[in-house]
Formats: sequence, C-alpha cells, structure tokens
Amino acid sequence: MINGLNDLIDIRKKRLPDINARREKPGAAPGWQVLVCSGTGCTSSASHQVREELARQVQLKKVLARVIKTGCFGFCKMGPLVVIYPGQTLYCLVKKEDVAEIVEKHLLEGQVVERLLYEEPASGERKRRLSDIQFFRAQYRVALRNCGLINPEDITEYIACEGYFALADVLLNWTPAQVVDAIKQSGLRGRGGAGFSTGRKWELAAAAQGPEKYVVCNADEGDPGAFMDRSILEGDPHSVLEAMAIAGYAIGAREGYIYVRAEYPIAVDRLERAIDQARQYGLLGRRILNTNFSFDIDLRLGAGAFVCGEETALLRSAVGERGEPRPRPPYPAQCGLWGKPTLLNNVETYANVPVIIREGPAWFASLGTENSRGTKVFSLAGKVLNTGLIEVPMGTTLRTVVFDIGGGIPGGRQFKAVQTGGPSGGCIPERHLDTPIDYESLKQLGSMMGSGGMIVLDETDCIVDIAKFYLQFSQDESCGQCTPCRVGTKRMLEILERITQGQGQMEDLNELEELSREVMDASLCGLGQTAPNPVLSTLKYFRDEYEAHIRDKRCPAGVCRALLDYVIDEEKCVACGLCARECVAKAIMGEKKGKPYFIDRQKCLKCGACLARCPKGAIYTA
Amino acid sequence: MAGGEKELDEKYRQLDEVIERYGQQEGQLIRILKEAQDIFGYLPEEVQTYIAGKLDMPVSEVNGVVTFYALFHTEPRGKYGINVCLGTACYVQGAQGILDEFRRQLDLHEGDTSADGLFTVKSTRCVGACGLAPVLTVGDEVYGKFRRQDVARLLRKYRRREVTAGDQRAERPDRYPEETAPGH
Repeated sequence: MINGLNDLIDIRKKRLPDINARREKPGAAPGWQVLVCSGTGCTSSASHQVREELARQVQLKKVLARVIKTGCFGFCKMGPLVVIYPGQTLYCLVKKEDVAEIVEKHLLEGQVVERLLYEEPASGERKRRLSDIQFFRAQYRVALRNCGLINPEDITEYIACEGYFALADVLLNWTPAQVVDAIKQSGLRGRGGAGFSTGRKWELAAAAQGPEKYVVCNADEGDPGAFMDRSILEGDPHSVLEAMAIAGYAIGAREGYIYVRAEYPIAVDRLERAIDQARQYGLLGRRILNTNFSFDIDLRLGAGAFVCGEETALLRSAVGERGEPRPRPPYPAQCGLWGKPTLLNNVETYANVPVIIREGPAWFASLGTENSRGTKVFSLAGKVLNTGLIEVPMGTTLRTVVFDIGGGIPGGRQFKAVQTGGPSGGCIPERHLDTPIDYESLKQLGSMMGSGGMIVLDETDCIVDIAKFYLQFSQDESCGQCTPCRVGTKRMLEILERITQGQGQMEDLNELEELSREVMDASLCGLGQTAPNPVLSTLKYFRDEYEAHIRDKRCPAGVCRALLDYVIDEEKCVACGLCARECVAKAIMGEKKGKPYFIDRQKCLKCGACLARCPKGAIYTA
Repeated sequence: MAGGEKELDEKYRQLDEVIERYGQQEGQLIRILKEAQDIFGYLPEEVQTYIAGKLDMPVSEVNGVVTFYALFHTEPRGKYGINVCLGTACYVQGAQGILDEFRRQLDLHEGDTSADGLFTVKSTRCVGACGLAPVLTVGDEVYGKFRRQDVARLLRKYRRREVTAGDQRAERPDRYPEETAPGH
C-alpha cells in the first residue's frame, strides 16, 4: 500500500536496477534481462511458447537471467521478438526450437546467435543491436515509451519508470487549474481522430457544473488497420490509468470508465489486472496517497460497432444502450455519461499525459510542428516491408515513414498511395510523399490523421476497389439513424460496384462527387461526415484509374475480376499440368505433356492461383 | 432428453450468477449479454427474454442492443468459428479471396454455418495483427500469412481433430464418408 511519495520512491529504488539494465544505464542489475514481446502480433505467432521455454531452460541451467513478458516492440513483421540486455540484441522470428541455442550460446557463452539477427534487406547485413536497425532509428517514443520495455502485468515496473510520479506530484503540489493549464500549454491534440485541443476539452469539463462528473477513455479502436490503442493497453496499461486519475483530479471527477472492445481479450485482461494492482497499491480508490482525492476506474465492454468511436455514440454504448450518436451540442463536457459532465479522450491521448506533467508542457511542445505538437503513433501495414507499430514526431514526412522506417515496397513493385485515417481518411499519391505529417497538412490533402492507421498500397492495388472497400465498411457500420449516411453511402456504393463490374458511365463520377458532398454536409455524426473521404480523395488523385474502368473496361491493377480474364499463352505453355492441379475450380483443361492447357472462362474463379503456380509465366490476365 | 435439460439448467444457473454479479451495476447490459453468449454459444430469444425479465427491462430494449452490435448473434454457431480478418491490411493482401474460398468449399450460399454444424465462417474487422496479414482466427488460434491455397488444409485439420476427439469418433475413418475431397 502506498501512503505517500516516499513509498513510491522506495518501490522505484527497489526495481530501478532491472529497468536500468534494459535502458543500459549505470546501476543495472546483474545478469541477463530477456524481454519477450507478448503483444497481440507476437502472441499470434506463439511467443508465449518461446517465453515459457526460455523461462524453463533458464531455470534448468541455472542462468542468472530474468525472462520478462513485455508489450509490443512494434516490429510486428519480425515477431516473435526477443531482446536481450546487456547488449540490446534483437532476435527475430524466434521459435520454441531456437531457445536452446539462445540459452546455450548467448546466455551461457556470451556469444550472439547470428542466424536469428535481423538482416537489413538492402545490404543483407545482420544487425545486432535494436537501435542499429533502420526501423527503430527514425522513431521517437513518447506514448509508446514503456511498450516493449516493462512487464505490463507488474505495477512495480511501471513505477520504476517514474510511473505514478506525475499523479503524486499533481495531487501533492498542483491545483486542478494548473493541471488543465499544463495540458493546454503542451499543445496536445486528440489522437483519436479530429484533433481537438485536449487542454481545451479538459478546461470545458472542469468548468462544467455538477457534483458528479466522469472521465472516460475511448479504447474502442474500430478502424480497420489500426492497432496502436490496443498496443498501448497491452503494453503499458498503467499509463492510461494514471492519466485518467490525473484528469479526474483536474476536472473534479471521482469515477472513470474505460470503454474497450470485447474483441481485444489481451487488452481487457491486462487492464483488469492493472486496475486491480493499482487498487491494491492505493493508487486508485479512496484517498489516494493520503490526499482528499478519491478516484476509481471500471471497464465497459464495446461489442463491435465502429460508430461507437464517435463520442456521443460511445457514451450511450457505455451505459449499455444501442450506440447511436446524437446531435451536439450539448457536448459531453456538459452532458455525457448518465447526463453528467464527462471528459472523453482516446487511449493514445491519455498515454501522453503523465509525460507532459513530468517533463513539462514546454518539453512536449518542443516536439512536432507549430500546430501539431508531440509525436504520433502509426500502425504501418499493407504493401510495405516493415509492417508494425511506429511513433514519430509530428512533421516527419510520409516518405520517411514509408521508405525509411517502412523499408519501402516489397517485391520491387511500384508505390501507388498511402492511405491514412482509415474509413474517414483518404489516399495520398507519390507526389505528396514529402508532406510533413500533421493534422492540417493531411486534411489539406483530402485525408486525415484519424487514429493513425497507415496502409501502403502498391501498383497491384486497385484504387476503385480500395474506395469501395472503405465505403462498404462505412455502409456496414452506419448506425442507420440518419438518411444521408444510411442511404447516401448505399447509393455511392452501388455506383462504385457498377464501375468495378465494368458497367460504369462517365456521369457516374460527377454523381459520386455530388453525393459525397451531400452525405458530408447532411450527416449527423463524424461517421457520415467523413465516409466519402476515400472516394473523394481517390477521385482527385486517381481519376484516370476510374476512367480506365469506365471507358476502357479495364482494371489497370488487375484486381476487379469482372474486368479480367486469365489466359494461357499457348506459346509458352509446356503442358506440365501444375496449373490444373492448383485450380480449385477445375477450370483448367488439358492433357499432361499434350497440347497447351486451356482455361474455361465460365468456371474460372479468377483467384490467380494458376498464375502464381505456372513455372513458365505462361498465364496472364487480359 | 433429461441430460440436455440438466445441461440447460446449469447454463441458466451460470447466467444467474452473471446477472447477480453485474446486474446491480448500471449500464452493464452489454457485459451480461457477452457473458450469456459465452455460456449459451448464442443469444436465442428465450435467453434475451430471460435477461430482460431479470433486469426488469422491456425485451425490445434488450433485443435492440443485441441486434445493434456485431459481437452478438442469435443463431447457433458451428463448433469452430472461423473469422477472416477484413481489415485494410488483410484486404489488400487478399483476404476477400480467402473468405470466398471458405464459402465455396463449405458450400455456404446463405448463412454462415456449414451443413455439418462444424464451421461458421464470418469476416471480422481488424484483429490488430496487421504485420501477419492476411490473418484469420479459428476460436482463439490465430493463423497469419494465410493463403487461399491453405483453406482446404485448414478445414482438413479441424475435421481430423473432430475425428480423433471423443471416444465414439476415434474409430471413424480419417474422413467423413459424406465429405468430398477438398476443392469440390
């Protein structure tokens, strides 16, 4: 139980050597520290087996080593990941069978297991230290500061990293107004989507009148292709709890709720553990640190509705109702949970708060650009070599993210676009890659920061198909309350469907634009207001590709199935029969070693399996 | 079927416990429904009515919530729930083709559950393991970097597991008699 600052300092002192060892600072604990990523990505590729085996062998062979479960390192493509200190050696794609060698060679003999090191694809060079790898070098971690460094299930590790010191400082030495002021000065803006000033939000909630107020955390990450909130919850849950308590103090609330997706079982589990531990240590609950401030946090499960990311919908869903948005004003700051004043921020926004308090708003404001301070976490995925979770200062260019950190496009293919902001965002073409990333510049390009999903597209991705994909998503996820969103997106989708079927007309493009504007103007909430963005941005930058579909009945990327046929080149075919064996639809006819094979267009599913299998490159799409 | 009734009683007993635990707190309907779905496998009308009665709410309100969220389903599911991720990262890596292939191989024209009640195939929005795209989950197991060609093998794996599970089934041949070769 922590009764005052001294108790906190004591715990920190006790656990600091372990953290120092991982930060390679003086005062490090003796022995090895073996960190195993236990985020969703690595867990999906059985990192828990690696961890258990490491722990077993370390004990068996009596090695002086601690095996630690951590959150996401970010380098998801290379998982399961293991990092060993001292030395910061990163091992990639580690399997259970590799453990014996790691223990034997690295932990007992002090040598590096060369074959498990990361190989820089450009040079083929094996990189030993994590910080030598290009993927990590251009990054700057604030919100992710503890992810991949500490054990998220152990509150003392968080405390050893100065965790809960910001809360203690605030409760013991600051007035609520000073806290609000610090957040305002830092220039922090909401990391969940629209980028509203966080300090201003806190100020409004603090000024709202009423005996009961609430602090809510939006952990309903519904964007396809975004997983930063999930990674923070899994890797550093206490940073969110601490921030919510600080927010509670600042606005005068005693209760907080985290609205988290039920589809994120690891995140839910770690949050529950973290809340329990924080209560046990007296960092949540009654009279925290012997002050008059009491604050507790509870979870509310989201059940898979994208619209619940919208604040008024989320607040309804959090009390167990249908998550339907309502018009604003009144804003949640006046009328939120159960009609009471409520402060609602997103996970990543909260994760920045303890650091801002600790390091000071000026430090935070010194990062990033004029109007977008600090750093931003992105989940980088799609047709890019290094997929994963990254954090960069605002103002970093898209090119740096895609090509330096992301390592460019695999397979020697051409970059086509980068999609930011998920279903509310848009596609940005090559010629704008040098744009510094911030809220305004992305908006200017017709895209959006959104929550930070970043999907790289290459020449084999059809832009019309991508627009259709996002619109289909918005259409599915529309709550259906207001007609422009429900029907408008449906009509737009029908047009796109027609175009990909080869039945589009040139007038369709104007119609799409017109409908887009109407849906944007007339929809009730953010979902409808931004749903046309993927269509508008692709029309703006890739109109020729739409035109190719309509005028030439051709899909340049070779995606839209109605517009292509798989054909076997009779000249090249050696009648080996491999394609026919691969064909699940039995659409390929021929006789082994006989005449060239032939694809039945009626039966063909256009899956492309034959094309991939043909050793002679005899199959092509026309 | 006395055994079946007993089993059902046990399920309602578990549900009572859940309602006991969360029913007192305001706004925990979604939590209760989720737990109920975990217990019963789905949320049939009777269960919705039962929860509504216990919480003293109109059934229509409970049903309104059930039908609003993707997490809930009101039809029984196959033993193995296959969720193909249709997040953007998976989509651009060909997840739609994988979903189509499952539907084709399991002959799912309408509905999501195979005729033998073994598999339910659905799409899901972003598992959050984009580095492994395309991804699908079967129950708690995650399969990354999945290819369309792997569909038949995956189905075979779970069918085989079915054959070896349970005493009666252990003596069955490697393949169900009614099962046609993958790809047909």
